[in-house]
Amino acid sequence: MAFTVLKEKWAGNVVEMVIGQGAGAVKVGGENTLPFLHFEGEIPNAPVAALEVWDMEPPDWPGVLASPFAGVMSDPSAWAVKCVDYGADLICLRLAGAHPDNKDSSPAEAVAVASEVAGAVNIPIMVIGCGVEEKDAEVLPAVAEALAGKNALLGCATINNYKAIAAACVLHGHNVIATSPLDINLAKQLNILINELNMPVNRIAMDPLVGALGYGIEYAYSIMERARLSALSGDKMLAMPVVCFVGQEAWKSKEAKAEDSDEWGAQARRAILWEVVTATSLVQSGGAVLVLRHPESLRQFKIHVAAMMKEVSS
Amino acid sequence: MILIGERINGMFKDIAQAILNRDPGVIEYWAKRQTDNGAHYLDINTGPAVTKEDQPAVMEWLTKVAQSVSPLPCCLDSANPDAIEAGLKVHRGRAIINSTTADKWKMEIYFPMAVKYNAYLIGLTMNEKGVPKSAGDRIALAMELVVGAELHNFPIEDLIIDPLVLPANVAQEHGPEVIEALRQIKILTDPPPRTIVGLSNVSQRCAERSLLNRTYLVMCMAAGLDYAIVNMDDEMLVDAAAAAEVLLNQNIYCDAFLKTFRKR
Repeated sequence: MAFTVLKEKWAGNVVEMVIGQGAGAVKVGGENTLPFLHFEGEIPNAPVAALEVWDMEPPDWPGVLASPFAGVMSDPSAWAVKCVDYGADLICLRLAGAHPDNKDSSPAEAVAVASEVAGAVNIPIMVIGCGVEEKDAEVLPAVAEALAGKNALLGCATINNYKAIAAACVLHGHNVIATSPLDINLAKQLNILINELNMPVNRIAMDPLVGALGYGIEYAYSIMERARLSALSGDKMLAMPVVCFVGQEAWKSKEAKAEDSDEWGAQARRAILWEVVTATSLVQSGGAVLVLRHPESLRQFKIHVAAMMKEVSS
Repeated sequence: MILIGERINGMFKDIAQAILNRDPGVIEYWAKRQTDNGAHYLDINTGPAVTKEDQPAVMEWLTKVAQSVSPLPCCLDSANPDAIEAGLKVHRGRAIINSTTADKWKMEIYFPMAVKYNAYLIGLTMNEKGVPKSAGDRIALAMELVVGAELHNFPIEDLIIDPLVLPANVAQEHGPEVIEALRQIKILTDPPPRTIVGLSNVSQRCAERSLLNRTYLVMCMAAGLDYAIVNMDDEMLVDAAAAAEVLLNQNIYCDAFLKTFRKR
């Protein structure tokens, strides 16, 4: 008897976002089915991976994470070039130095670093603030202006500072990341509010605040899944590509930080696996831009995604 | 919840007058107004004043005028298949045919027409004997509509079954029967047919019409209603539909849920 594959007919699709410009531009989103269900719908773009570059030397990165960047961590543009060599799809510049507890660097200093990094590489760039809402509302608009026309991805805009950040992105032609900590209702509301500032929906990305494997990944996974099912059912205010800050979570875990031991084995292998498994899990619920830290995690992640993007011929 | 604006209907005096004078202004006004109020479809009905011979030409004219100012698709509403087909010929997008009954001879006209024009089709749970009183008898006719769809290779999910709402003042006992019928239509097949009611009929010649309409809409939604032909000028009716969607977990909550419901 003939076997008929049961296919879901979705009414909606994820919007397609372009980051960067020209030949180096990266596209994410655009699918009209759940991740990797090639038999059911169109998945025009694969998930992409960014590597983090900081505007200061990260104080707490373990040796196994810092060693691939030895010699460049005090020079953000050299660090960024190194990430291109490692095969990153995007650079994610994190302005940690702007944090009042770190260097409390000024918007002008942030602009200098961002311009330098953007000028040093030919792949798209993300710029992430220090996470202090008031400070990001000063720093990110200045960066947006300096990078005008680069079509970067800036964030993160929260419910408290989205006006300044999103308005600057609209004005200077960038995409924006809207962040809402594990709250799908707030995520939708924030997308609506940003959209009302004349930001087209295909220039908004969502950051649901993911957790690492073993540290609440299931909460983020289910929220992303629920948002995606709703988007495919036609909810345009949840149909944005999702950004997952995987590296920052995975490298906080005990499993990544604990040194070599008889019981747990080699730290490097264990830590990288932790980052890779967190990332490959999150792409299964719709992660589109995965922000990683270790170049070996990037390499393994890309092999995984390439395999998942292959359509199995029947 | 899909809302169909009921206003372009020759039953209303201003529309009847506009049809008589071929005055597009009134039709354009209501097409735009219902679109702005958040309708998903525009119902188009020539009304009782137009003769059978004139109905196709009037339907064609109403459809063209309405779609000249609104991007919305239409729900072509007539008991005359020639009028429906005249509307389908000029319609842009995917129309809803309103409607067939469960009579075999009518289904043999409308199912092939719906297939030919790739339209949705509303099936009324009635036949030449009239509107049944009980939910059970409504379901028996719904099943005949489902069989009709299958015989004509018409997708079940494009069949929209109307269990027929009657006015609360003269046919009060039908109220709960329609609700029970909605519930059962949804378990007839997998995937199930869609469901629709002509909401305003429930309050025909009653006092407190808006209140009756809103309350009944929400009750029907909880039982599985997908579409309703409604008065889009009743802002609180649209609010009630938006709230019910959230409470039925059909739409993810956000603070701006009233606004997002209208912007779909």
